[in-house]
Amino acid sequence: MKSAAFPVEADLRPPPTCGQLFSGFLMLGLTAFGGALPLARRMVVEKHRWLSGPEFTDLLGLCQFLPGGNIINLSVALGMKFRGPRGALAALLGLILAPSAIVVMLGMVYDRFQNDPHVQHLFAGLAAAAAGLLISMAVKIGLPVLQRRDWLSGVVALACFVAIAVLRVPLLPTMAVLTPLSILLVWRRRQ
Amino acid sequence: MIQTLIALALIFSQLSVLAFGGGNTILPEMQRQVVEVHGWMSAADFSALFALGQAAPGPNLMVVTLVGWHVAGWAGMLVTTIAKFGPSSLITIAALGLWERFKDRPWRGVIQAGIFPMTVGLVAASAALITEASAHTWLLGAITAAVAALGSFTRIHPLWLLFAGSMVGLFGIA
Repeated sequence: MKSAAFPVEADLRPPPTCGQLFSGFLMLGLTAFGGALPLARRMVVEKHRWLSGPEFTDLLGLCQFLPGGNIINLSVALGMKFRGPRGALAALLGLILAPSAIVVMLGMVYDRFQNDPHVQHLFAGLAAAAAGLLISMAVKIGLPVLQRRDWLSGVVALACFVAIAVLRVPLLPTMAVLTPLSILLVWRRRQ
Repeated sequence: MIQTLIALALIFSQLSVLAFGGGNTILPEMQRQVVEVHGWMSAADFSALFALGQAAPGPNLMVVTLVGWHVAGWAGMLVTTIAKFGPSSLITIAALGLWERFKDRPWRGVIQAGIFPMTVGLVAASAALITEASAHTWLLGAITAAVAALGSFTRIHPLWLLFAGSMVGLFGIA
């Protein structure tokens, strides 16, 4: 069975060139607002057919496992897979070039007009809304932990929150202590 | 100037390799370094830069680029960008060949399940710190609360919520 949404191996296009990697991720960088993951899947699997659906999910699994942003890692992994280090660089540059230029322009506007009361109020409202989005993200990933009554994960998450947000312990020692502990707890539970 | 660039490079390359669970997990440490340790900007400025990064298209953490630019101009922007994206990208390249061998091993699932609660705690900490630095007035607090509720329980696009928040901020303060 072949379908447009889930192309099988035979449906895949030839491997992209460095230029195609660059332009594909440039478009993704320009059009992805508020979460690039669904758009990335659409571009890689459905539009360009560089990977099949399962291949994409597999590669994303790696990107989520490693440190760094998922989409950043995905661009690097995909570029590397098809065209080696040059491909990785082409995809990464394509992804961050346009957003960097746009964000610096926004920064210039902020710096230039930050003493104007209207602009101050506008940016204060923007920052308040961005804080609200972060809270909603915390709710979305934290709520399942409560719903599953996964108290072990809940205690680790709470300890991490208190260390970082309340006690303001640096990230490195917090992770050095809590992450191995958390992994050990998961491992013991699965024994 | 050179010392500032070296400090930026050290901070962001460390953040790059610690960013398990995505970009938002390193926001508290970035804020601690930039605001408390180095005093390059106020907590409110940091929140504003974070918000600008969220309003721009592209990957999650465009605040990185902005912090570098704000602290040390174009050179700062280049240094932070390379420091933030370089190390994690090299790890990705190195791991790509090994992934086939370790993705189905039981320890991979154990490590990932162990990292997850840390991600929850760190994203919650990011939310608390950014809220503390940006919701100074009752109106701003109300914007944060409304966006948090709408973002959690509806499917309204985040960009609309950011736009609505800035409009309420602009016109709501009498």
